[in-house]
Order: sequence, then C-alpha cells, then structure tokens
Amino acid sequence: MKMFLSGNEAVARGAWEAGVNVVSAYPGTPSTEILENLGKYKEIYAELATNEKVGLEVAAGASFAGARALTCMKHVGLNVAADPLFSMAYIGARGGFVVVSADDPGMHSSQNEQDNRYYAKMAKIPCLEPSDSQECLEMAKLAFDLSEKFDTPVLLRLTTRISHSKGVVETGERKEHKPTGYVKDVAKNITIPAHARKMHVKVEERLKKLAEYGESFSYNKIEPGDQKLGIITSGISYQYAKDIFPTASYLKLALTFPLPGKKISEFINSADEIYVIEENDTFLEEQIKALGYKVSGKCAYEKEITGKTKIPIVGELDPTVLAKAFGLQKESPYKPLELPARPPVLCPGCPHRGVFYALNKLKLTVTGDIGCYTLGMMDPLNAMDTVVCMGGSVTAAMGLEKALGPEMAQKTVAVIGDSTFFHSGITGLVDMVYNNSKGTAIILDNRITAMTGHQENPGTGKTLQGQDAPIIELEPLVRSCGVKHVQLIDPLDLKQTEAAIKEAINNPGVSVIIAKSPCILIEKKFKPALKVDEDKCIGCKICLKLGCPAISFDKVKKKSKIDPIFCIGCEVCASLCPKQAMGHK
Amino acid sequence: MKTVNILICGVGGQGVLLAGDIIAETAIASGFDAKKSEVHGMAQRGGSVVSHVRFGQKVNSPLIRQGEADVILSFEEMETARYLQFLKAGGCLIINRQQVIPMSVATGQAEYPVDVVERIKQQVKDILLCPGMELAEKSGSAKAVNTVLLGALARKLELAPGKWQEVISRRVPAKTVELNKKAFESGYSQQ
Ligand SMILES: Cc1ncc(C[n+]2csc(CCOP(=O)(O)OP(=O)(O)O)c2C)c(N)n1
Repeated sequence: MKMFLSGNEAVARGAWEAGVNVVSAYPGTPSTEILENLGKYKEIYAELATNEKVGLEVAAGASFAGARALTCMKHVGLNVAADPLFSMAYIGARGGFVVVSADDPGMHSSQNEQDNRYYAKMAKIPCLEPSDSQECLEMAKLAFDLSEKFDTPVLLRLTTRISHSKGVVETGERKEHKPTGYVKDVAKNITIPAHARKMHVKVEERLKKLAEYGESFSYNKIEPGDQKLGIITSGISYQYAKDIFPTASYLKLALTFPLPGKKISEFINSADEIYVIEENDTFLEEQIKALGYKVSGKCAYEKEITGKTKIPIVGELDPTVLAKAFGLQKESPYKPLELPARPPVLCPGCPHRGVFYALNKLKLTVTGDIGCYTLGMMDPLNAMDTVVCMGGSVTAAMGLEKALGPEMAQKTVAVIGDSTFFHSGITGLVDMVYNNSKGTAIILDNRITAMTGHQENPGTGKTLQGQDAPIIELEPLVRSCGVKHVQLIDPLDLKQTEAAIKEAINNPGVSVIIAKSPCILIEKKFKPALKVDEDKCIGCKICLKLGCPAISFDKVKKKSKIDPIFCIGCEVCASLCPKQAMGHK
Repeated sequence: MKTVNILICGVGGQGVLLAGDIIAETAIASGFDAKKSEVHGMAQRGGSVVSHVRFGQKVNSPLIRQGEADVILSFEEMETARYLQFLKAGGCLIINRQQVIPMSVATGQAEYPVDVVERIKQQVKDILLCPGMELAEKSGSAKAVNTVLLGALARKLELAPGKWQEVISRRVPAKTVELNKKAFESGYSQQ
C-alpha cells in the first residue's frame, strides 16, 4: 500500500514490519513521533522510558531475550545513553538491536548541532543513513537483519529534515519475530575486563566484515552521470545535491560507517572532479581524504576533494545554502524588509508564567533547565541565567553555592520541569542533600512532558498508550531524597508563589517547591476571555510584565488591551492589576 | 512537468501544517509525487511557522530553494515578508488579511510594520489578498480560515477541485465537512 509518511512514521512502520517486539524511548524533537507511532501497534510492547539511558538499557535487555528491540532519541539523548551503547557495542545483539538517533542540524529545537555519526565510529558499530521516507522504512527493517547478521547494535541516523519531511512510501506487511529466548552466556554478556579484552578483538573483526559488506551493499549506490563531476553524499544532503547538480554522477552512501574503501576509490578515480556533500561535520570527508593519504606507500587515489572548504560546517544545509556555496544562487529580485522576530512564547494561561514573574520580581539568579519553561528566559520575564542540559539546573545551583558560599544560595533558585526532574534531576537533588548543600529547587509540575508535544511521564498516571499507571508522587519522592523543607504551591497564585520562594531561599538547608498546575493545553478548560475596563486602567503596564501573548498595549489610548482570541481567562493578570481593571465585563 | 513549489507560512496555531498536508495529499491523489517539510516542536507556541510543499513527476529535496516558490500562501501579513526571498520572479502571493501581534510588539519593544502589505505590493505584481477570517465566519466557523485559503490556492493550481474536496473531507473532523466545503468554495471564488 502507498502511504504519505514522515521519516519518523516510516521508521516506526519499518520497525513494525520487521517484527520488532520491544521499544523503550524518551521523547525528544525531532525523534518523538517514532515512539508515538510505535505505541499505536498492538503487536509491540512500547513504553515511555524515564530517560534515554533507561530506554537503551530496556531495549538491550529485550535483545538479550532474543527479541527484536528498538530505542530512539534525539541526538543529545545519545549522550545520556552513551554508556550502555558502548558496552552493547562489545556485547552485540542476540535479538536485532536498533538505536535510532535523530540529529538536529540547524538546532531547530536543540542546544547543539552534534553529528552522531561519530558515535557509530567511536562505538565501532554500523551507521545507516536513509535519505527519504521510503528509505526510512526500508532501512529500519534492514537494520534488524544487519544487527542479527553481524551481532551488533545498529545506529540508524536521521536528521530533522528526514524525520519531519513527508514522502510517498510503499509499505509492506509485518513479519512476526518470535523472541528466541534467553540463553546464559557470561563470556558474551558480562563485560568484565577479562571478557571485554576478547570482545574488543571481535569488534575489530566485525568492523572489517562490515566494511567488506558495504562494498556490495545495494544501498551504497553508484548513479552514473556526467564524468566531469562525481559527488559523494548521504542522507538528506543527497536530495539537495540532486536538485543543484542534476547531471553529475553520484556515489550515494547509506552505510556511512564503516565506509566501503574500494568502492569509494573506484568512484573517485572515475570522475574528473570530486565533491563530498554533507551537512555539518566532515564525517565522510575526513574518512575519504584519509584514503588518499600515502601511508607506507599505499594510496587509494590522488585527487583534490572539495567539501567543507566550500560548504559551511555551521548550520543546516539546504538547497539554497548548497547553491550559494558553489556560486550558483541568483540574487533575489525582492528586497528583504526589516521585521520584528517572532520567537515562541509561553502560552496564554501557562502555569510556568507565575513562577517566572515572581523570580523576575525578586531578581534572583535562576539556573534553568530544558522544557517549555526555558521560555522563562525571554523578555519580559527575563528570569533565567543558565541552561546546560536536562537535569543541569539543580546541580548548577549547587555548584554556584559551593563556589560562592551560602549567600549565593540565598540569591539562587533552580527551576526544573516534572519530566526533566524524573529524567535526570533526582540524582542532582540527592547530591545536594548528601553533600550538605544549601539551595532551592522549584519543580514546575505541569503534569505532562509539554515541550515535545505532551507525552505522559512517571508522574502523570498514564502510560504511552494512555492506560492507567502508578503515579510516582513528587512530594514523597523529594522527601525520601532527604529534603526536609518541601512546599506545594499553585503557580497561578502569584502571592503564594512569591511567599514560598522567599521562604525557601531563607531556609538553611535544601528546599524544594513543587509548583503544581496542569499545562493549559492538556485539559483545555478555558474560561471566558477577560476585558480591560478602560475607565479603570491607568496605563501602568504592570500586566505587560507577565509576557502574556493575549495582552498588548494600545499606545494611542495608553491602555492595556486583551485579545479575546488568545485570552483563556486564567485571571493571573487580574490578580496583578492595582486598579482591578481586568474583569469579565 | 516542472516541479511545483508552494511555501505556506504563518503563526503557530493557525493551521499551517494541516494545510501543507492537504496540498501534498491532493497532489498525490492527482497522480503526482510529492514531498513536504516543516519543523515541529515549537509550532504550538506561537512562533513563526513555515511548511514547504513540492509536487511533480519526481521530487528530490523536500525543501524549496530560494527564488523557486511558485506560490507563497501566507496566513499572516507580516510573515509573508519573512519568506519573500523564496518567491520566484513572477511568482504569486496569496495573503490572508490578518495580523497576529508578536510579543516584542505587544510589550512595546518593536513596531508591527502596519504597511507591510503595501510595501510588498511595490515589489510583487501577482497578489491575492484574501479576507480569510471573514469568509470562514460566513461559512460557519472562524476556524476554517485555512480551508478558505486552500480554496484560494486551488484556483492557482491545476489540480481538480474534486480532488481537493475529497482530501479535505478526509482530513477535517466529520462534523465540519459541510462547513469546510463551503469555506473552500468561498476561497475558490476569490480573484
Ligand atoms: C537529553 C535530552 N533528551 C530529550 C530532550 C528533549 N526535551 C526537551 S525538553 C523535554 C521535556 C520537558 O518536559 P518537562 O520537564 O515536563 O517540561 P515542560 O515542557 O512540560 O514545561 C524534552 C523531552 C532534551 N533536550 N535532552
């Protein structure tokens, strides 16, 4: 059947067709829809993991059982899951074991632009790179076969434009895979040094076999064309290159680690000029150039290779950038106009807003974390000082205190979302208590993982499929970590919020505030929009400090104005207005 | 046939992404290859949103190259200008008459370029200004703005109106099929 699928949907479909049995993953843009779609198939056990390391380990356990297993994550998620990945690279895969990494060139919703193909190289496992949705489906299937054939985890590497572009896909049927069962084999499955030394030998042999396999692998494909220009490329870059250089000859690589050296040198020798076209880092270029260096008299080819001397390393590649790099882009006839930016903002009625309003008012140093609430850094709330990585807020606050003393703790607050706290905030909090720190953490408990599109988490009482699950309650959890000073607040109540923060920073030990109020987009219990009574409004602009997209200022009338389309009636502005000008009339 | 490139832009929550799906699916239902690309994640949070749709015999890149969009379908006046460089020489603009105020303007740090449509008119000849909200309300719901705009777009493309209606009926909530048909017609009759 033909379907119009995104790369993520196609990966999910391919894994399903391959008979995948167990899936465990933590959401992260641009990977999230892979898990969400796998969760819809009743033949598969699929779950929301607490974090990426957990996801990879659960999938590894399933592979021990001879099941086909998959985990998926955004690129930085693999940093969290790197530890088990490297061990599994030694242990191998009894049941097909696929790790999907969705990288984010251009950083549409990420903190960095890391190229996870290097993980494949460092862990010495194969890396597959599909170039459209059809190949996403086919390679997701093939990854399981490769994994079992070569006894290795396989890295299926996507990028934002692969994950989130849609294309026409020819789908197939599911071929059931029955887990072959657990077999005790300590020499294979226990990575003590004595075993691992032998495993490493096998890993090196495996790499050689994989490189040989790549020489005849049908997806490492030569597309003959004009001999003057030969282009070596992979993934989405192939599609851009085809638009800009339609007549060139191509070597389109799909197994991008380990590389097929012979095939590459033959291709290079068959064309007059060679371009290596890839996004961000020089992953292919470095390896291909290495083939051309004379090492003890051996050299695969002697030719100039053009790659990152022309194509930018920084930022997302696209047809325009590629054309510009080679001087092929015509000047636009249209003159750009100067426009105000339109960055994302906290939604009207978002419960995070109350906390950030208070933090801004109290002029505290805020170590931040990753989630919708990172938007608390934006004007006019302006209430965030650092963001490192998921879980990095609590620990950064602690480091500030250890460096500058308890006075710093009185001026510092860490903010962390509920999903992020479960992901990697707990260990930091334990460290604070254990090492006698003084400090305050606010858990922004909006009862959901909002940023990535509203997934359930261990605190929400629902599984991936929406079935009931035990709720891990934050308050007893925090108390059992040894925190004595715990306050529960409603962040939409500005007075209570401010008072709780003042109390917490003046407490001598570790304090936690749980700011509990559900994300406005999950329950959608919107109340009627408020109106500004223009007779009462004195134009003091205090309400504008909330940074609510529904409130603006009429410069002519010198009055605040509420947009009835956006306002959901949370009444936070009304509670702030000194003249009670906001109301329902 | 040359690949047809349509860039759709607007603000998160306006229905840009669904419109992109419907265009691509209509092209596929008409026998073409199609690709579509957009970025999720922040789309719900009121940011600037763009979707690229391409269809033809065989489509490679899911992204449109600057200077190659045949049509820009813009849901918001100022956003049109943000993507103007994508329009090909002689290309067509369809602009929904709506202004959504960004935060920097609401707080008084920046000005909304109120004359933005006039300034675009000085540069682009082929422009259709569409009172999307008004037509959507007349059809029965303010939420059908994106269907009105699809109607306006359909007139510029050589895909059969019946195919559009077929895909729209499949993609909108069952209760709203009739209303969306009306919305599509009212957009289609705009010139
Ligand atoms: C290691 C890692 N995994 C995943 C992500 C993607 N991601 C960003 S924020 C977020 C979850 C935020 O949820 P929560 O902490 O509950 O905050 P909310 O968005 O609900 O305010 C996720 C999964 C990431 N940035 N880093």
